[in-house]
Formats: sequence, structure tokens, C-alpha cells
Amino acid sequence: MDNPFFFHAIKIDQEKCIGCAHCMKACPTEAIRIVNGKATLHSDHCVDCGECFRVCPVRAYSVTDDDIALVEKFEYRVAILPSVFFGQFPDHVSLYEIHHAMQALGFTHVYEIEGGVDILFDAINDIVADIDSEKPVISSFCPAIVRLIQVKFPSLVDNISKIIAPLDLAANYYRKKLSDEGVQPEKIGVFYITPCAAKIAAVNSPVGDFESPINGVINLDFLFNKVFRIIKQGKPNKKVVLEPELLESKALRYCLTNGEAKHVKGRSLCIDGIHNVIEFLELVETEQVKNIDFLELRACDESCAGGILIPENRFLTVERLNKWARYNKKQLIINQSVVRKSFNDQSVYLKQNLALKQKIEPRMIVLDNDRYVAMKKMEKTRDLMCFLPGIDCGACGAPTCMALATDIVNRKANLSHCIFMQRQMEKHNKLSHNHAFKIIEKVWGTDRLNKDCSKKGAKNENF
Amino acid sequence: MRFEYKIEGGDFTNAGLASSQIKKIMKQVGIEPQIIKRTVIALYEAEVNIVAHADKGSIKIDLEPDFIHMILEDEGPGIADIDLAMQKGYSTASPMVRQMGFGAGMGLPNIKDNTDELNVTSEVNKGTRVEMKVFLNK
Repeated sequence: MDNPFFFHAIKIDQEKCIGCAHCMKACPTEAIRIVNGKATLHSDHCVDCGECFRVCPVRAYSVTDDDIALVEKFEYRVAILPSVFFGQFPDHVSLYEIHHAMQALGFTHVYEIEGGVDILFDAINDIVADIDSEKPVISSFCPAIVRLIQVKFPSLVDNISKIIAPLDLAANYYRKKLSDEGVQPEKIGVFYITPCAAKIAAVNSPVGDFESPINGVINLDFLFNKVFRIIKQGKPNKKVVLEPELLESKALRYCLTNGEAKHVKGRSLCIDGIHNVIEFLELVETEQVKNIDFLELRACDESCAGGILIPENRFLTVERLNKWARYNKKQLIINQSVVRKSFNDQSVYLKQNLALKQKIEPRMIVLDNDRYVAMKKMEKTRDLMCFLPGIDCGACGAPTCMALATDIVNRKANLSHCIFMQRQMEKHNKLSHNHAFKIIEKVWGTDRLNKDCSKKGAKNENF
Repeated sequence: MRFEYKIEGGDFTNAGLASSQIKKIMKQVGIEPQIIKRTVIALYEAEVNIVAHADKGSIKIDLEPDFIHMILEDEGPGIADIDLAMQKGYSTASPMVRQMGFGAGMGLPNIKDNTDELNVTSEVNKGTRVEMKVFLNK
């Protein structure tokens, strides 16, 4: 039944995974099961939010980022940086040092993504003002939220604003600028520095029939460590000096919570944290909350500052970005010679390439494609729930009793996976002790029931 | 497939339980999203009507492959003039209820807009019975 609709940016290292089930419990779409003592991903449920990555105690989760060596393939190597990147460095590190270090790493052009947010604000305000658009208009900024809506809230897909994200706008802009200067398009490589997994998925498998202008996605955590080391060692490459642009406050804060909603006219709300978003969308879907014009929804707590590839604490990141924003504001006022580059010189071209070509399609998770069969399965699931204990302990390898019941009707699990059912079966001589033991081993792996002093928290803890 | 729920009058906090349950089920059996939306909007309105006006009530839902049939019965004041109650903006709600965001006089008209069949019968000082049907094929 697994139907991988698209590329996933999250992968599990089976060697590292200890089958602790933390991820299974954290997953907001119940996409993870434990089989043979290892976490496995149901790809049609996964929305690439990265909650699993966040809770994994042994770093078994990783993202499918691109190797920085890919940069070498291009003559013009453009790095586009999200503003949260600058929030990772201590206060004494300057914008110049960061840019120089990036050039030392091989990038020929280093730009901030959010320079063109005014174009996006204009577009979103136009959509919100249009009486024909579905309300509330939901921001398309966070790709994990777009995917969440496709999977869990299919009736709201038409509410998602059909415009591209700031990173795509920036890529279009710098690509166009270079080709206007006479550079052959195939010589330009645009690299996005990502704070999360969902953005990797969005670049590799965009929604709405959109072709990504990005050539590679570099892990922000990885790049931060490289850049910071170069700065620490005090040997940035000073051959090329490019003047970093100063972003306006609203551009710097765009990726933070209330970065969009604040600038959208009408009744606008911002919600961060995927579980908070789910709770709210349940109300929106049944029209229990009405008359909202715009929703800014972000999967991570503190929005992109809380991205899984952000090395610094999210609250400190927010504090630093606010500090940068205030500083820039002052500089832009007192020092007129600091030219803020905005995307205005290409606004006509950018506006022509702002809209998604196709509508975003729902990807509901159904029990069966045949509705009659699905109804039968649902009835059976409800019957099974009469027997299962309802404590969602996860010992069966599924996150909830309901998830186990669903797996059973889809022939992916058996009732005997439930340890409560095992006791019942043993009592009625329908299951031998040995068999029950084997079932546990099948879910949690062999050796799982043996003493092991090297596990986390045990006396010889060793990772 | 049969679903049954009980509703307490005055309990706005828990209004919407039936509609959110039914919504989950309908998604899993693959009903078209816009039809789910219409169904749950109508059901939620009907639930809130009982919470707002009646002492208590019950919901009986039959989900079949081609249609969903919902019967909501309550014990309460009843509706004196059903035709009037069907008019948009007509409301008997108290200011307190209105303050909570309910009672705009859109309940029954909204239900009518979102269902394929609607039958409301009522007896004053006894109760109201709302029967709704939504067809599940486009």
C-alpha cells in the first residue's frame, strides 16, 4: 500500500538506530513503526517535519543534503543564505567575516535570501484582498505545513497561497541577474543553505508543478561549523571583497514567528509548532473558527530559528536576529551610503514567475482506494479497538492502539503484537510462551530482552 | 457503519466531538474532501444547536458507501416556527451565547446549504429532531 508520492529528505541509519521508539511517539502523522528493533518510515505519511530527527538520542536520523563538493561543478557558485544563518554566530562576528569565509569555501557569490520579501508581501496581500480566494489564505512558506495539509487536511489545499517561497524567488533573481550579465545559465550553480529537512524535500520534489531553480541544498549545521572554524582560525580569504547587503528588519524577521502575519492586512494569525498547527487546522477545517484572512503556519517552534539543522538554541537565534534587525535599521537610516540591494530592478520578471502553475493536490491517506473495501476495513478497525487496551504504550511497534488496528486490517501487523492480547492468548492457551517471546523479538529485535549495561542511562552507558 | 453520541446542553467546551470524529473516519475511507467539509460543517452546526438550546440530545449517524445519514434528537424548548428559524440571521440566542461567537442565526440555514436533504421536525417544549443526508458521490 505504500505509495511514495514524493522524495523524502529524512533517512534513518539502520546501524545507529537502537529502536528506542522516541521518534515513533513524536511523529505527528504516525509515519513510524518499529520492526526488527529498528525504526522504519511509512513514506506516504511522512511530511518531512523532522520531529523524529529532533528527538533521536543516537543521531540515527540524517537529512539527504548535497555534498559541498557539488559546488565545484559550476563556475559561478551562488550561495543563498537564510537570515537565520546569521543568528548562529556570536555578536563579535561581522557580516563581512561570514561572507569572506563563505568565499573561502568556494562560493563566488553570497547572498541573503530575504531581499525580495516586499514582492512576496505584495503578492500575499493581493491574494488576501481577493474576495474569490479561499479564506483563510494559508502561507505556502513552510513546506512541512504544505505537506501536512496535503496529507491530513485535504479540504484545505485550496487555501494554500499559490506562490513560490522566498528561497525560490531569490534563486530566480540571482540567476536572472547573472544571465543578464552574459553568464551562460549552465555555468550558474545556485545553492541553498537549509535550516530544515522540509526545505530539502521542497527543492527535490516541489508542489504545484514548479521547477526548482536550486542546484543543491547544503546543510546549515554543516556549513556553520565550516564557516565558524575559518573565522576562528582568522584566515578568511580576502581576495574578493563583496559588500554584504543589509537587510531590512522585516526581511530579517521574515522566517521568524509573526514574520509574515505582521505584514499581511486583515485578521492574520501566526502559529508555530506542528502540533499547535494541527490543533488549529482541525478547527479551521470544520469552520469552528471563521473570519480569519491569513494564517502563517510554521512546523517548528520559533519557526525557522527552531529548524532541526540550526545549531544554536532557537531563542538565542531569535534574540540575535532581532538585534541584527535593530542594528540594520539604524545603519540604513544614519548611513545612506550603505546601499540596501532589493530585488526591485527585476521586479517585472520576478512577478511573472511568482505563481505556482498548478493547484496543490491533496494526498489523503486512505484505508483502501476502493471505498467499499475501505468502509469494511474501518468497521474492522473499530471492532479491533474494542479489544485493544487503548493505552497507546507502543510496545507493539506502532505509536497508538488505533495505528496498530489500522496496520492489522492492512495486513501489516497481527493482533498478537499487542502485549495485552498476548496475555489473553496465553491464558486461553492460544499462544505459547516461546511464541510470545519470538513476537516481541520480531518487533524489538533479538537481544532486546537481554541485560545490556551499555544502553543509555545504564551503568556502563556507552554511545 | 453506525456511530452514536450523547450531547449535554450548555457544554460548549465539548461541542464538536461528533463532527471531529466523523471527519477522521470519512478521511480514512477516502470521501472527497469537499464533501467531508460540507458534512462536518452541517454536523457541527447541528451539535452546537443542541448545546445552545436543548437540555440534552443524541446523535445517530449511519455512514454508508453512498451517503451519510445523521439524526440529531434533543429534549428542549423546540422550535415554534421552523420556517422562520430557517431564515438567515433569525436567532433566539441570548447575548451571552452571542458573545461566545455562537447564535448568529446562521445555524439551520448553514445546515441547509451544506446538506442534500434536511428534515426538521419539532414540538414546542418537548424537543427537536434534525435529520440530514449528504450524498458521498460527486
